[in-house]
Amino acid sequence: MNHIPAVHAEGLVKSFGDFRAVDGVDLHVAQGEIYGVLGPNGAGKTTMLKMLATLLPIDGGRAEIFGVDVRRDPHRTRQLLGVTGQYASVDENLTANENLWLFGRLQGVAGKAARNTAAQLLEQFGLQEAADKPISQFSGGMRRRLDLAASLITRPPLIFLDEPTTGLDPRTRGQMWDTIRELVAGGCTVLLTTQYLDEADQLADRIAVIDRGRKVAEGTPDELKASVGNSTLRLRLTDAADQAAAAEVVRQLLGEDPVLSPESGRMNVALDAADRAADVLIRLREAGIGITSVSVDAPTLDEVFLALTGHDTGDSPDQPANADERQLEAAR
Amino acid sequence: MTLQMTKPVAVAPRRLTPDDVATRTTSHNSLRETVGQTMSMAWRATKKMRRNPEQFFDVTIQPLLFTAMFAYLLGGGLSGSVQAYLPLVIPGILAQTALTACMATGVQLREDMEKGVFDRFKSLPMARIAPLAGPMVADLLRYAIASTLTFLTGIAMGYRPGGGAVGVVLAILLTMIAGWSLAWVFTWVGTLARSAQSVQGISMMIMFPLTFMSNALVPVETLPGWLAAFVKVNPVSYVVTATRDLANDGQVTGHVGWALVACAAVIAIFAPLSVRSYKRHL
Repeated sequence: MNHIPAVHAEGLVKSFGDFRAVDGVDLHVAQGEIYGVLGPNGAGKTTMLKMLATLLPIDGGRAEIFGVDVRRDPHRTRQLLGVTGQYASVDENLTANENLWLFGRLQGVAGKAARNTAAQLLEQFGLQEAADKPISQFSGGMRRRLDLAASLITRPPLIFLDEPTTGLDPRTRGQMWDTIRELVAGGCTVLLTTQYLDEADQLADRIAVIDRGRKVAEGTPDELKASVGNSTLRLRLTDAADQAAAAEVVRQLLGEDPVLSPESGRMNVALDAADRAADVLIRLREAGIGITSVSVDAPTLDEVFLALTGHDTGDSPDQPANADERQLEAAR
Repeated sequence: MTLQMTKPVAVAPRRLTPDDVATRTTSHNSLRETVGQTMSMAWRATKKMRRNPEQFFDVTIQPLLFTAMFAYLLGGGLSGSVQAYLPLVIPGILAQTALTACMATGVQLREDMEKGVFDRFKSLPMARIAPLAGPMVADLLRYAIASTLTFLTGIAMGYRPGGGAVGVVLAILLTMIAGWSLAWVFTWVGTLARSAQSVQGISMMIMFPLTFMSNALVPVETLPGWLAAFVKVNPVSYVVTATRDLANDGQVTGHVGWALVACAAVIAIFAPLSVRSYKRHL
C-alpha cells in the first residue's frame, strides 16, 4: 500500500500587495491525524487554509491534497475535502434541512439519498428539532454544528476546520471537540486552525505555530509546551521594587529568567511541573519578599509565542489584529 | 461525482491510495451534472423569493405604472391618440420591464456573493456557472409575471393585440428569453463590482441607454441619423420589433430570428466573461 499524505505543501505564499499574509509555509499532514495550526489573529492561518481549499489562488509554492495538485486540479481537490469556515457558511434563507439537502444535491447526491443524509446528519448533530426552522433563529453553536454537518455530506476524507470553536461557550466547545474526535475515529483527517493553545493541546496530534505568515515551530503538543514549561506561576509582589531581587531568586532556583511586568509588580515564572511553584514561594519568603497574589496556570498562547518568537501575539491596537480578514476584504 | 451513501455514518476508507483518489474523483463536471447543479441553485433562488416577497415589487408595480405613464404621456404626441400608441408602446414597455428585472439579477447576485454561504458554494466541486445561471433560471418567473402584467394593463387600457392569444404568449416567451440573455450583462457587472450599490449604479448606466436608445418608445424614423444608427444595432430594438410582430400581427418574422440571434450573441459574450470574473473572485 502506497500511503500518500493528506496535505503536502511546500513554500506556500500569498501576498496582498506588499503584505505577505503567508510567507513560505511548509505543511505535511499524514492521513488520519488531527493537525492543528496555532496562531493569533492575522497570522495567516485562514489565508493558508483558503489556498489549500482552492478558495484563494496560490501565489507561490505548491500544495497537494492526497497527491492531487491543488493549483492544477482544483475540481478534484474540492471532491476530497470539506471546509467549515470561521463564520458559518450556510444559507440564511433556508431551513437547516433545506441547507443540507441543497449541499447534497449540488454534490451529485440523488434526491432521496440527499433527504436521508440530511435527516441522519441533523440527528447526529442534535439538530432534528430545529430541522425546519430558518437559520436566522439558530444560536451560534447550532450554526457551527450545521456548518460542520454540511461539510460531511459526502464524507470527504479530509476536513478543514477554521477556528471551529471561536466564540462558543465552554459547554458547546466541549461538544464540538467530541464531534471532531469522532470524525477522526471514523477515518477522517482533520486540519484545524485555532487561537487557543488549549484547543490544539486537547485535539491535535501535531501542531504548527504560525506567526506573521511563517511557521515558527512544529511538534506534538507536549514538545511545544515543554519549550515554555508545563505551567506558569503568576505572582504579584507587594512591593514592585523587589522585582529584581525576586527575579534573582528564581534564576538561582530554576536557572531561568522570569517574565516581568515592571509597572505592576507582576512576575510570571515558567515551570516544568506545577509543584515547583512551592519551591519558588518558599525561597521568596526566605528572601523576605512579600506577595499579594499567587496562581498557577497552564501557559497561554501569549507565553508560547513569547518563548518561540520573542514577541507577543500582537493583539495590540496599533497592530492590525485582523490583518488577515482586512487584507482579504481589500483584495476583493 | 455521485457518491451514493446508503449509510452516511459509515466509516470513510481509513487510508487512501492514489488509486482510491482516482476512483473517488472526476476531472470535471459533466453537462448533466452542471444542469442539475444549476437547477438546484434555481430551487434555492425560488425559496429565497418566496421568503422575501418584496423582490417582486419591480415586476408587479412597475409594469402597471410604466404602461399607464408612457401611454398617456407620449401617446397623443407620437401617435395621435393613446389607443393608436398602445400597439407601439406595449412591446416597448415589455422589453423595458424585462431589462429592469434583469438589473435586479446582478444586484442580488452581488449581495448574495457577500454572504458566507458563497464560500461553501466555491469550496464544493460544482460547476462555476451554476451559482450564476441558477438564480437567472428562477428569474424567468419574474419575467413571466412582468410581461403578463404589462399585457393585462394594456388590454385594460384598450389595447387589442392583433396576434391573438398565441401571438401574446409567443411575445411573452420571447421577452423571457431576451430577459434571460440580457441578464448575463448584469450578472457580469455583479461579479465585477465591489458592492451591490455600485452594481446598481453601473447597471443604471447600461440599462437607460439600452432601453431609451431603442425603438421601444419612439419610431426610429423620428430620430437623427447618428442616434438611429445606435438604435438599429441595439439588441433591445431587435427584441422590441420581434415582439411587435408577434403580438400585433401574430407573425413569426425574420425579426424574431434576428432577436434570437442577438440574444445568443449577448449570452456568448457575457456568460464566459461572468464565469471568468466569478472564478477570479475565488
